[in-house]
Amino acid sequence: MSANAPAARRTYRLFRSSPSMLVGLVLVALNAVVALTAPLLAPFSPIQTDALAAIEGPSGAHLLGTDQLGRDVLSRVLYGGRYALLISLTATVLAVGIGTVLGCLAAYRRGWFDEALSRVLDAVLSVPAILALLVVVTVLGAGAPVIVLAATVVYCPAVIRVVRAAAFGIVGLDYVTAARARGEGFRPTMVREIWPNILDVVMVEFAMRASWIVLLVSSLSFLGFGADPPTPDWGLMVSENRTMMTVVPSATLGPIVALASLIVGLNLAADGIAKARGIDRIGGGLR
Amino acid sequence: MTVTVPVSTAELVADVSDLSVAYRSGRRDVPVLRDVSLKIYAGAALAVVGESGCGKSTLAGALVGHLRAGSRVTAGSVRIGGADILTASRPRLLALRRGRVGFVPQNAGHSLTPSMRVGAHVVEVLRTARGMSPATARAEAVELFRQVRLPEPEILVDRYPHQLSGGQQQRVAIAVALAGQPRLLVLDEPTTGLDVVTKAGVLALFDRLRAELGIALVLVSHDLGAVSAVCERIAVMYAGRVVESGDTATTFRQPSHPYTRGLLSSLPRLREPGLPVGLAGTVPSEPEPAGCAFAPRCSFAQESCGRGEAPRLVSVPGRDGASACLRTPEVLAAPAWESAVRARQPRAAQEPLLEVRGLTVDYRRRPDPGSGPTVSDVDLVVRRGEVVALVGESGSGKSTIAWTIAGLRRPTSGEITLLDGTAPADLTREAARRDPTVRRQVQLIFQNAGTALNPRRTAGDAISRPLRLRGLRREAARTARDEALRDVGLEPGHADRLPAQLSGGQQQRVGIARAIAAGPTLVLADEVVSALDVSVQASVLGLLDDLREEHHLGYLFISHDLAVVRGIADRVVVLYLGRVCEEGPVDLVLRPHDAAHPYTRLLVASVLATEPGVGAPAPAADGEPESAPPAAGCAFQRRCPHRLDQVCDRETPPWQDLADGHRIRCHVPVVELRAGPA
Repeated sequence: MSANAPAARRTYRLFRSSPSMLVGLVLVALNAVVALTAPLLAPFSPIQTDALAAIEGPSGAHLLGTDQLGRDVLSRVLYGGRYALLISLTATVLAVGIGTVLGCLAAYRRGWFDEALSRVLDAVLSVPAILALLVVVTVLGAGAPVIVLAATVVYCPAVIRVVRAAAFGIVGLDYVTAARARGEGFRPTMVREIWPNILDVVMVEFAMRASWIVLLVSSLSFLGFGADPPTPDWGLMVSENRTMMTVVPSATLGPIVALASLIVGLNLAADGIAKARGIDRIGGGLR
Repeated sequence: MTVTVPVSTAELVADVSDLSVAYRSGRRDVPVLRDVSLKIYAGAALAVVGESGCGKSTLAGALVGHLRAGSRVTAGSVRIGGADILTASRPRLLALRRGRVGFVPQNAGHSLTPSMRVGAHVVEVLRTARGMSPATARAEAVELFRQVRLPEPEILVDRYPHQLSGGQQQRVAIAVALAGQPRLLVLDEPTTGLDVVTKAGVLALFDRLRAELGIALVLVSHDLGAVSAVCERIAVMYAGRVVESGDTATTFRQPSHPYTRGLLSSLPRLREPGLPVGLAGTVPSEPEPAGCAFAPRCSFAQESCGRGEAPRLVSVPGRDGASACLRTPEVLAAPAWESAVRARQPRAAQEPLLEVRGLTVDYRRRPDPGSGPTVSDVDLVVRRGEVVALVGESGSGKSTIAWTIAGLRRPTSGEITLLDGTAPADLTREAARRDPTVRRQVQLIFQNAGTALNPRRTAGDAISRPLRLRGLRREAARTARDEALRDVGLEPGHADRLPAQLSGGQQQRVGIARAIAAGPTLVLADEVVSALDVSVQASVLGLLDDLREEHHLGYLFISHDLAVVRGIADRVVVLYLGRVCEEGPVDLVLRPHDAAHPYTRLLVASVLATEPGVGAPAPAADGEPESAPPAAGCAFQRRCPHRLDQVCDRETPPWQDLADGHRIRCHVPVVELRAGPA
């Protein structure tokens, strides 16, 4: 009971000390809530076409206008985050999760394992992310699982690097030595001794990678390798509606603003956490 | 009453008058220094001593016009050569720091920029403060390096800080401070973290600098022994006040303040066997209690001590000194510290617990004809209920041996056997490959309690982990945990605290509780008290001894502090560069004036040079420890005054048995060793 009160106060102080983090988290939460409650919020079905009401500007009935097929842009914007968010969240959880475990393992084991892993990472990191993804999607097809897998593989190495650097400093400390002397294996050592001390770094990594992956997944949709029509998706919507940018600008700007709010939010959150906990975002380690 | 240092004819270098400093915490001012007055004259040396948290470092900073962020002067002034350094304008402050005061911070290694050559640090000061040309500045830097006794100064100026040993870095920092030709040199904890031999060398250097340059020294230290060797005046600080000041020799012989008495009685000494009883309690953190701040810890305290104003510093009748105590006459009448030593009980030989035979650890990746393995051919026996000390300078392989026994490192060759239990257990295996009962029996206690505990886990968590090795869960584990906490003198309530919420001494107690909770038979204690204040050190040593008695434990006690070893150990093994030089009962090995092996002799002489009231000269031997063992022969050959050509550098020295269990490894017969170098 007494442990909760200081925790609440600490959180409160943390938010007060970093308003940018608060703004970021609110933006991300807003996007998540909208994506979850889209069926309740949307005035129309996102895929229902209406040939008579196609390409209309904003009006009382359609606040953001309609697209070429007469679908309500607002409803599609509200639904449009679902695909990107789901895929990005899955890919981020996988990339950060696997990255954290491998990064800790490399720092813990050192020696040949660390060496071999580092060389593999070098190889993966030298390939541009979007190029690798396009190749994978072209070869394996554009299903959601393929994109998740590809995004994970592309972003995992960076996470491993950062986590390894942070964990390296912890592994040398006496309390980890004490755990080794007790004969504890990698798993309890990581969960109990290393993980709580690199949590800050992992949180920043999570927010940062999430923003990159959202951008990547939306870019793929924009290029036609992501969501398939008629799925409402921001990237796809920008691609579909950009030709009538001059006629109904809101149909393009709507998804752009929505996507931007999510990415800006994630970046602000990452920055805020990093600043509040004294983490160097570039080096990844503790300042 | 002002602390005056020393004779009035000399130039007054620094004049601190009624200085009070406070920092802001929340909405309150918390005083750090209260009414401190000091006068320092040219050529004098003043020691400022006390436990951590007594305001020593704040005073040292104030002398060079630096206060930590958030703190401010609430009263008084610090006048350096007539100017108040605390209110000086920026250019004036820089001028004062360039020419009048020099500062050597704690941990000199961290104060040097790693990417700058050490010579460049000095040249920088010479060029800005004394306007020298690059060539002259370089020549002067070499000269300064020679002055601080750095070997081969012409070559050393072009080295980077990491290529130097700790003692050498310390000397470079002193050279940097001397470059501005200061009249006053302030040194914050100048000997902390240095080996005994290096420490004696650095102290001898201070003495020479003072004589050669006529500068005033202020040594801020918790190491009472170190300062007594160099400073003729001492100021003892407690809770931000100077509580006693005076002539060092007199103060040490007969302290007039109970706190000084307590500090001195906490100090283990080489000449006095047994553990010091020490001083109970801790320095009060804010706010200041009424009356004397020391009253709660004081055995002389009477009811009037806890009321009214804090006692003022008044001169002690009949001697050159002052004390801030209401009961000075009673303190002076009481016998000095000797009575406060807990005598060491002679212990009967027990069955062996740990046997190490021919242990060799080699870190070298590829064969190197110029050096030998890090640890070579070490034999050790630890019996039940016995404390065996491993002593030597840093780099002597003490920790490597402990880590190998703990299963954190594989030995290159040799046998390590744990003889407790039904069958002897092989300890050359890594910890993870050992049987849980064997893992439980061997426990480590670390030097730095701060890094030995996970900052995100509570004390209770740390103690509970090893209980799993005993198969205890839930309720049984909680009971055992509370019992372990009580064993080390903490409350069960401490279990919920995070390490940051505990004091240094309490953290070390948690570290000990974690080791004891596993139910060990053998405890490997790696420099466990060297990071603690003297009073805390004494109580932790007492605790370790009690636990040994109570649980019938065998200790492998690693330390570079011979006085501590003398207090707690039964037998000593002296290591030099990973080779055993001498071993035997503590009373026979650590003989103050006729140690047998030349290396032990050097160690003992270095310690004696820093022991209060001894005044022995620093040993003449070269103070720089070596880093790599020679490929063949005796490890100590390069520093040994008895060296025999063609013998010591070729053949491994033979064992010479001297007495019951006491033997040395040396080519020279012990009679000749005792007679002194040829």
